[in-house]
Amino acid sequence: MTDDAPARPTSPTPARLVDVASTVNGRETRHRLDARTLLVHLIREHERLTGTHIGCDTSNCGACTVLLDGEAIKSCTVLAVQADGHEITTVEGLAGPYDGFTAVQEGFRQCHGLQCGYCTPGMVMAATGLLAVNSDPSEQEIRASLEGNICRCTGYQMIVDSVRWAAEHGSDQPNTTG
Amino acid sequence: MSLVGAKVLRKEDPRLLSGTGTFVDDLSPPRCAFAAFVTSTEAHAEIVSIDARAALKIPGVLGVWTAADFADHPDLPGGLPDLERPALARNIVRFAGEPVAVVVADDRYLAADAVAAVDVQYRDLPVVTTIEAATADDAPVLFANHGSNVVTVVPTMDDLERQISRCDDRASLHLVNQRCAAVPIEAVACLADWGADGLTLWATFQAPHHLRNYLATWLDIPQTQCRVVAPDVGGGFGSKIVWYPEFFLAPLLSKWTRRPVKFAQTRTEAMMQMAHGRDQVHDLDIGFDRDGTIRALRVVISQNLGAYPDPTGVGLAVLTSWMAAGCYRIPDVSTSFRTVVTNTTPVAAYRGAGRPEAAYSIERMIDLVARRTGLDPAEVRRRNFIKPGAFPYETHNEPVVYDSGDFPAALDECLRLVRYDERRAEQAARADDPDAPLLGIGLSSWLEIAGFGPNGSLEGFGHLASWESAQVRIQPDGSAIVFAGSSPHGQGHETTFAQIASDELGIPFDRIQLRFGDTATVLQGVGTMGSRGVPTAGSAVKVASSRVLEKAKKVAAHLLEAAEADLEVRDNAFNVRGSPGKKVGWGEVAWASFQPLSLPPELQAGSLEERLFQESPNFSYPSGAYACVVEIDRATGAIDIVDMVLVDDCGTVINPLLAEGQVHGGVAQGIAQALFEAVVYEPDSGQPITANLLDYLVPSAPDMPGYTAGRITTLCPNNPLGAKGIGESGAVGAPAAVVNAIVDALAPFGVEHVDMPVTPEKVWRLLHDATAPERSHR
Ligand code: FES
Ligand code: FES
Repeated sequence: MTDDAPARPTSPTPARLVDVASTVNGRETRHRLDARTLLVHLIREHERLTGTHIGCDTSNCGACTVLLDGEAIKSCTVLAVQADGHEITTVEGLAGPYDGFTAVQEGFRQCHGLQCGYCTPGMVMAATGLLAVNSDPSEQEIRASLEGNICRCTGYQMIVDSVRWAAEHGSDQPNTTG
Repeated sequence: MSLVGAKVLRKEDPRLLSGTGTFVDDLSPPRCAFAAFVTSTEAHAEIVSIDARAALKIPGVLGVWTAADFADHPDLPGGLPDLERPALARNIVRFAGEPVAVVVADDRYLAADAVAAVDVQYRDLPVVTTIEAATADDAPVLFANHGSNVVTVVPTMDDLERQISRCDDRASLHLVNQRCAAVPIEAVACLADWGADGLTLWATFQAPHHLRNYLATWLDIPQTQCRVVAPDVGGGFGSKIVWYPEFFLAPLLSKWTRRPVKFAQTRTEAMMQMAHGRDQVHDLDIGFDRDGTIRALRVVISQNLGAYPDPTGVGLAVLTSWMAAGCYRIPDVSTSFRTVVTNTTPVAAYRGAGRPEAAYSIERMIDLVARRTGLDPAEVRRRNFIKPGAFPYETHNEPVVYDSGDFPAALDECLRLVRYDERRAEQAARADDPDAPLLGIGLSSWLEIAGFGPNGSLEGFGHLASWESAQVRIQPDGSAIVFAGSSPHGQGHETTFAQIASDELGIPFDRIQLRFGDTATVLQGVGTMGSRGVPTAGSAVKVASSRVLEKAKKVAAHLLEAAEADLEVRDNAFNVRGSPGKKVGWGEVAWASFQPLSLPPELQAGSLEERLFQESPNFSYPSGAYACVVEIDRATGAIDIVDMVLVDDCGTVINPLLAEGQVHGGVAQGIAQALFEAVVYEPDSGQPITANLLDYLVPSAPDMPGYTAGRITTLCPNNPLGAKGIGESGAVGAPAAVVNAIVDALAPFGVEHVDMPVTPEKVWRLLHDATAPERSHR
């Protein structure tokens, strides 16, 4: 098998640098990045906002979910350059009336919607995205809309309860703090 | 009011919900470099050459290292003679994904470039991935010096053939308990920083002291120079208590590059490198009488260990043997096992570790007895249960003495919650309606062994000891720090242990802070696994706290000039009974406890501190009864779980919210094993074909049902809390309930068994292979 394998690259293409200007949690940012940099790495490594997590390399787990112009997306599946000129909201950018938490965050606390907390920021952002377009989702709608987010700890029922709690307690649009 | 038993919201949530938790990959010290591994593309091969020249030319690449560079260090700890695992493959690779070389670069993108540029040439060797292939006469041998792929054989003294054949009837099953992956959503990561003051390793690990103990020895440095920290850890389920090479190599890479070195596994790497679980094959024979009484059981277990025997992996079949008879009074039980190496990822603990396999088999066999006798499965269970008055109950294995339980009560509660009779009536009513989905009802009366704490119980798996530690320290303002030897990865120790301490000390919950996961602050610890957190560490917190309170009472009595016996702690103060208003606050007592002039002569400053290594006289045995109701689409074989009822007995519940969360999570993993998940290898090449989350089906929310939880309580007599543990329960109990329900639904078609994962395709084939529905047995 190794004999006829394609030759490995002997040297990688030199990095092409690009400028990316975006708004992250209400603050304008500008970075010169290797063009192949993923948005999730812009957020985690360059903005040092480490609440957005990475759980897979096939766009399946949703741990990296953030809002791009208000819509929940997987930041591991988007190049940082694609966020040029756009607004990004991460879990650190959420703020609301529950001791600083939004109804979604507070719902997760009230209903034990998290255990290890690793999937949690992604779940919270996905749920925030859902409630922005459907303020009163049914259990089935919640489950369907979280289809792209994997939690290995909770078995999901308490996450569903958490999102219902948020719907019942006002699906506040995320305020972004600067 | 007692906090133990109350639904207290978690202390850990605010940081985790605000994105300010600290997971290993979140750490990024100045000048941090990044390590990445060149991993084997072959499942079994000789390494002919490794050419790193191209990689080393990439700007920003600091170096490439292979096994030869680590020749001064031993193989990974815990290996069996002639079967040790080198930290990097030496000459031979034995599974696809095995690390072959390591690169360090300025960042993770460059490290990935460098990995791609390293050219490894292999000469393929023949591959075995299954027990059957590995034990065939002409099987290629993984370890030439060992001479065989069979690692351990524990035969039975008596195969019980005589006893089984004397029964009215007998039944047998060949069951495959398929290989699963734990898939914590945070994969393995570590950060090593070896500076002038020694090494600090931050690692995704369930037992930081355990890692420290072995890492220091491996590196040949004193433990004082070797600090291991498990910060926030994103799930473990057993897979984070394995000696991964990364933890051992990263420190040396940091030392050699004089930079902090971080490694964070990709999911694809994790699917091939993190230990897998299960992968047992069982041959079961059971002898029973016409009235459903079971007289003899024979269990023959084969365990696939993967490429290198893991210390826990080798022990899994022991636990399966121990729990083989479940919650039944079976006069004769025979168990035997063998463990076998194959060209696959090593197998170790995965939630339940050996007990889900036992529970699944005995619960499948009980249903088979029901089928053959024509009795209701609930009735067969009832007729064979160990009676509530029979505890402590000695089993077929001397170390295993069941502590307590009430199996009939759990089953009754489960049948009530699932509306069993109604469901059976509905099933019968549907039987002749070809348009209605098939209905199946499955039961699982499960039992497991947990609370790993008796002396000797963990030493066999390589641990320092089996106790768990707690240290309770009162601060001068009357707040308390609790250091726990068991460090969590989602279980909520900060909350439950603070509840326990608050009850004992009379100090408000909000004034108690937990510390764990750092060998520099917690003197010694064992770890979080085997559902031992609350029974062992929780008990340690309870006893240490109560001892601190005893001493605090002496201080308070001295300050109040009252008798200790007259004091009661209420509202964060020591009150003199019968003298309203005569009291001193916890804060004042704490302050005085540091002032020699304020203390009674028998106490010294700083005495309000207690460190304890809590031993346990025996294990704990969580149990329960689960029911699953499924509907099966006759046209497509699609399976829909319409009800999942979970009645648990975990003894004392510290926090019902968290206890239920543990059950849900475990049940979800159990359902996933029953319906979706399997690690699959291409048998001839050993290539993994489920090495990412596209191909390995971890369920998400729409795939999972809601759960109805119930509870009964029998206390564990073996620890001061009376707690049995609950972390693994769901994963132990759920698979049998689901598969029993499916087989029940398919009973009219003559189906007696179907192996997990039960996919719609398998069901569809069973439905189509059956010529016509047979007459129902009920
Ligand atoms: S990390 Fe983005 S989907 Fe998994
Ligand atoms: S809380 Fe651990 S993965 Fe969701």
